[in-house]
Amino acid sequence: MAAPPAKRSFHWRSKAFRGVLYQVVAITLIAAAGAYLLSNTLGNMRARGIKSGFDFITQPAGFGIGESVIPFDSAESYGKAFLVGLSNTFRVAILGVVMATLLGTLLGIGRLSRNFLVRSLSSAYVDLIRNVPLLLQLFIWYFLMTERLPSIEEALQPLPGVFFSKNGLQFPHPIWSPGHAGTLIGLCVGLLGCWGWSRFARLRREATGRILPVLLPAMAILFLLTALGWVLGGAPGGLDLPEKTEINVVGGGAVTPEFLTVLLGLTVYTAAYIAEVVRAGILSVPFGQHEASAALGLSRGQALRLVQLPQALRVIIPPMTNQYLNLTKNSSLAVAVGYPDLVSISNTSLNQTGRAIECIALVMACYLTLSLLTSAAMNAYNKRASIKER
Amino acid sequence: MASSGAVFSPIPPRAAPVATQGLVAWLKRSLFDGYANSLATLVTLLVLIWLVPPFFNWSAVNAVFAPDNTACRAAQEVGACWGVIVEKGRLILFGRYPYAEQWRPLLACAMLIALLVASCLRLFWRAWLAGLWIAALAIFLVLMHGGTFGLTPVETSRWGGFPLTLMLSVVSLAVAFPLAIFVALGRSSKLPAIRTICVLYVELIRGVPLISVLFMASFMFPLFMPQGMTIDVLLRVLAGMTLFAAAYLAEVVRGGLQALPKGQLEAAQSLGLSYWQATRMIVLPQALRLVVPAIVNTFISTFKDTSLVTIVSLYDLTGALQLALGDAEWRKFFLEGQLFVAGVYFVFCFAMSRYSRWVEAYLNTGMRRQ
Repeated sequence: MAAPPAKRSFHWRSKAFRGVLYQVVAITLIAAAGAYLLSNTLGNMRARGIKSGFDFITQPAGFGIGESVIPFDSAESYGKAFLVGLSNTFRVAILGVVMATLLGTLLGIGRLSRNFLVRSLSSAYVDLIRNVPLLLQLFIWYFLMTERLPSIEEALQPLPGVFFSKNGLQFPHPIWSPGHAGTLIGLCVGLLGCWGWSRFARLRREATGRILPVLLPAMAILFLLTALGWVLGGAPGGLDLPEKTEINVVGGGAVTPEFLTVLLGLTVYTAAYIAEVVRAGILSVPFGQHEASAALGLSRGQALRLVQLPQALRVIIPPMTNQYLNLTKNSSLAVAVGYPDLVSISNTSLNQTGRAIECIALVMACYLTLSLLTSAAMNAYNKRASIKER
Repeated sequence: MASSGAVFSPIPPRAAPVATQGLVAWLKRSLFDGYANSLATLVTLLVLIWLVPPFFNWSAVNAVFAPDNTACRAAQEVGACWGVIVEKGRLILFGRYPYAEQWRPLLACAMLIALLVASCLRLFWRAWLAGLWIAALAIFLVLMHGGTFGLTPVETSRWGGFPLTLMLSVVSLAVAFPLAIFVALGRSSKLPAIRTICVLYVELIRGVPLISVLFMASFMFPLFMPQGMTIDVLLRVLAGMTLFAAAYLAEVVRGGLQALPKGQLEAAQSLGLSYWQATRMIVLPQALRLVVPAIVNTFISTFKDTSLVTIVSLYDLTGALQLALGDAEWRKFFLEGQLFVAGVYFVFCFAMSRYSRWVEAYLNTGMRRQ
């Protein structure tokens, strides 16, 4: 814009002067409030004899943690306990994200189905779940898990080798043997093979115009190479099967009812929100896009994959990431049912050491780092994916 | 062309058009349209058959509706015990509020709900509505707290149940609203220091879970106060919830500010309006109108989020339930109480979400072209 050169006067009634003045006043006020609160805090801590500092991180925690990915002993440090809590948070969040995405996508598509029953059931699910607080839902799941399920002597057996009872879920668990390395190598080679095949198909299509199938051959390559790796590794088949005794179920892998409650509660709750995200994303692609791709002679699958999905994903991915972040933050409600996540561990540490500020700051820092990293990634994605306007 | 020897031969009649109306046609179109669709119908039906009759039997056929503990225990495996609601309903709804005084929270809640409903109507979207809200909140607090007008004082530690849930959500949002407007304006300001402060505040709060803000309110706020001064735990939690809601609300308001065409502000400036005049008379009325549905949605999430105060030992609706069913006699029937409380939350949130959808369509009528 060719505005006339503004006179940069710094008279006390000028706009520039007022701008500086407002900012100076704002900063002064905030600094004064901060200093006041800080001096109060320090005074209070001195008066009550509260020690401060992060030195407690290296001291022995003195409490056990019921379940963890990393083994933990009560003689280990608070720092390690926080790490265990963080790993528990991630364990439930990652599984929850995967399951909620699957369920939510199904529900979102279901809400747009032509099928009356599927449509109304999906809508009812979304309305019901979104309008009841997550904490209450967690309490309900926890009550069902710990009171209404049969006791471990009469555990439900939905599949052979799977036991489901008040004590949680016990399931078969492959025993690690060196032969499994072969399977892993096979899997990696298979993934490379998939990539190679899709690249080959693309180059071929670009060169000759012939379209080769991609999905099924790729899946076949992946499966066959993994199976080959497994056989070459000596076909290890050792399974740690849980076995039922008179009063207990021993062996196998196991998860606690607390973990199941949090996982189920977060999945069910977040899926309802993801369903809305998916639905909005699908609806955001104008129907004309579908008609245009049909007019170009694309098959239904091609139209979906090449025309509709890329446009829908641009709308879906940012709010979806937001939901993933929400799920992770909501996993902090695990403290209410006693699942040892980050908040729960910090709470225990807080009660034992009395270092409220440090413990809460640690928790906030963890979540904040995660949030900021995610939003940075999202901004980068948005820059890349936004429609380039020229 | 004059046809000479053409013999008239009628073409065979066309088949009747496929029925597009009526029950059978509807069933075929919406339920059994192709293999995949039929399969989906069957699977859904199976799920419904698996879920609905057992639930109906449990919740209605075999249920005990009288507050009769022995009958409830007898029917425990097969039927619900709704009698627990009859027995404990007032404890769940009002928490530990003195029994004889419970008309006060009832009246206070009725007044707030009436005002909430009134605020939903366009007729009441006037400047004096803010004054009405301030007056209503003052009356609410007087009714709840007592100590004046011959009402017996009831300390805040005994407040609970639904009135607490309503109060936490309404008050925190009412206080957060003006704060959120300033933060949103600050975030879209041209002054770098003010913008940075607002961005920091919003991103810090939105990056952490509410529960950690509540822990901060209950463990750290007491340390912030001058020595010898204590503030009520309810007030602290309220402050925490307000700070939290304001950050989310600020983003909502900022959405409205950004959606407003730039020409509006430029036109206002060319008329010679100052920043505050333009903001007050041109920008905010339009921007806020755009985000009314989003504000209602924020209110819904705040209403649901109040349940978290249970974790810092306040007895809101969720917390009062834990309190009410704590005794050995009735604790077997937690599920019924939980479903009842879930029903209360659902009624309010569902009504608000429907309103939010309606108001979105309603406000759009002026903007819609064609």
